[in-house]
Amino acid sequence: MVSGIKTFGKYCIFLCQVFRIPDKWKVFFKNLLFEISKLGVDSIPLVIIISIFIGAVICIQMTINIVSPLIPSYSTGLATREILLLEFSSTMMSLILAGKVGSNIASEIGTMRVTEQIDAMDIMGVKSANFIVLPKIIGFVAFVPVLCVLSMFMGLLGGWAVAEFTTMISVEDYIYGIQSFFNEWYVWYGIIKTVVFAFLISSIAAFYGYYVKGGALEVGKASTSAVVSSSILILLADVILTKLLLQ
Amino acid sequence: MIEAKNISKWFDGQQILFDINATLETGKTNLIIGQSGSGKTVFMKCLIGLLTPEEGEIYYDGRSFRTMNANERRNLRTEIGMLFQGSALFDNETVLGNVMFPLKMFSPLSRKEQLERAHFCIRRVGLENADDKYPSEISGGMQKRVAIARAIALNPKYLFCDEPNSGLDPKTSILIDELLSDITHEYQMTTVINTHDMNSVLGIGEKIIFINKGHCDWQGNDKSIFRSKSQSLNDFVFASELFREVKVFLEREYEAHNSEK
Repeated sequence: MVSGIKTFGKYCIFLCQVFRIPDKWKVFFKNLLFEISKLGVDSIPLVIIISIFIGAVICIQMTINIVSPLIPSYSTGLATREILLLEFSSTMMSLILAGKVGSNIASEIGTMRVTEQIDAMDIMGVKSANFIVLPKIIGFVAFVPVLCVLSMFMGLLGGWAVAEFTTMISVEDYIYGIQSFFNEWYVWYGIIKTVVFAFLISSIAAFYGYYVKGGALEVGKASTSAVVSSSILILLADVILTKLLLQ
Repeated sequence: MIEAKNISKWFDGQQILFDINATLETGKTNLIIGQSGSGKTVFMKCLIGLLTPEEGEIYYDGRSFRTMNANERRNLRTEIGMLFQGSALFDNETVLGNVMFPLKMFSPLSRKEQLERAHFCIRRVGLENADDKYPSEISGGMQKRVAIARAIALNPKYLFCDEPNSGLDPKTSILIDELLSDITHEYQMTTVINTHDMNSVLGIGEKIIFINKGHCDWQGNDKSIFRSKSQSLNDFVFASELFREVKVFLEREYEAHNSEK
């Protein structure tokens, strides 16, 4: 318990070091664009592949399980849409990105620490936490709504592919289902959740990487710890945000 | 000039440095030597400000590090160049990018002037046609040269080197030593080198500080080290048969020289 409080305190101090005015805005924006490309744009293929397949699987499972004559046939599309918008494209996609982006950030910063690159910056007078971490957090948080919306769209596309290429459900029913009872707020709810999760993923991974001590083995451990911690906190934040935003 | 006065440092209740007093002189290569685990790296980190000593003061040309505010410390850091044991080059930057880094962050020069300065530093350390290479694509000796070029890019007043020869072959080690010595004299820097390489000690040791078990046991230069009566220093310096023979030879020479007088 005490250790947990200490770690949280250290994390808060770390965030204070990160959220400072950059030394050189020109260098910051250059780094920001680089991080958006590396953490965000490079994640697009993963998001597309996973979303299409999960969208298709959700559609198939809904079709198989919703077989009552009392339930209208378009409900498969409706249920697929609601699952994608409410939970998959925000929470599940964030958990997957925690593995990809979180481990990337933690191992990169951890390696910089153990090879004394961060010490070199500190000695030069560069605010190392601010210089290295701020572009990563802002870059990922700024781009992640694009990934979330892309995931929603690709998931629905996956469901449509099931309707188009199988006889399980008609395309007309599916299209009608995904348009029925549409609540725009659910899209915003997904985006808000994803932004919060992106902040957790990037800041926690950076925190673990920045304070690594030792060598390659410790960098690996920090990377694992970053993914585990951010995944747990994503689930915790999911409960809190759902309570706050949907009730 | 850097003055360390009564420096003591503890880790987890265990004292690592004991009341160390030392003066590191301008325009000279000042060597901190000692066995592994003697506390020389801790002492150097205290000098740079990466560690804060529990007792004692460090003065940079009369300016106390302890009493400096955050801005003064940041300004001081731009006067410091550091060469790390593992070079600590930025992996995602090319050779030119690494040397340009401190210039981009702190120099008021225009982009063109920064490039000219970076190219000058790269040439000064003897690197040719390596601008676009990444650290992983060049040898250990070349990495050290890049790190030296980066360290001198802002014309520092103080240059710190942590075991600059580690992992290098003897010939490259001598070249790096000579380069550090030349740069020190050329730019009149206060250069502090942390090493246990005896070739460096005898080659460029204009001022030598010997740390033993956290104590400063001896101070002198590359000439006086052979005539030292300090047992701990002799045990360290003349650990190898070769250096024992060199000592005997030099002592004979010294006696012959005195008897001729």
